[in-house]
Amino acid sequence: MLYFAWVREAIGTGSERIDPPGEVTTVSALIEWLAGRSAGHAEAFADRARLRAAVDQRFVPLEAPLGDAREVAIFPPVTGG
Amino acid sequence: MIRVTERPIDVAALLDALPETGALATFVGRVRADDGVTELMLEHYPGATERALEAVAATATERWELANAIIVHRIGAMAPGEAIVFVAAAAAHRQAALDACAFMIDRLKTDAPFWKRETRGREARWVEQRGGDRAAAARWDHDPDESS
Repeated sequence: MLYFAWVREAIGTGSERIDPPGEVTTVSALIEWLAGRSAGHAEAFADRARLRAAVDQRFVPLEAPLGDAREVAIFPPVTGG
Repeated sequence: MIRVTERPIDVAALLDALPETGALATFVGRVRADDGVTELMLEHYPGATERALEAVAATATERWELANAIIVHRIGAMAPGEAIVFVAAAAAHRQAALDACAFMIDRLKTDAPFWKRETRGREARWVEQRGGDRAAAARWDHDPDESS
């Protein structure tokens, strides 16, 4: 897992290795599962409308399947440029 | 050419390296100095950022038949007045260069994983995405050259 910006700050780390159970098959389900890991995770993932995701460095909607993803990133809407 | 760098953007050097085409359009985005911001921090997603910028430059190059497309984006801490981003489109004619330059800056604002954190004195806050940025990027979704 990779986290950026205020998602990273709320969770307290920019990256962590996880091993979710088999029934976690989408990004959305993964977020739900991660929210139970700590108060920081719960805070970061409280408002889904403010979250975006990438699976193996490709932007995807939260409903996207995880497949056999090696790297999943959760972050706020981007604000570059 | 795309580049993500922690060092100040040398606009003059970038301009010197461009080919001598009939038209060259450039855009420089700078840290606003007029609303009390004392420092801007740019965070990014290494790997995914470069991939996104490459895709934006490649799309512009193909759509407007550019001789060259450049996107240079700063990361890390910077001060008011410093350049955050430099975009250039070199083409045979002005309309292609101007449109391609606008396309690249509009698209990178919604497609590239950068996040801005503004500091005003002792207070730091993450910048929220603006609806206007999404609208600006979306106006390029329809390509008039490909309409039936």
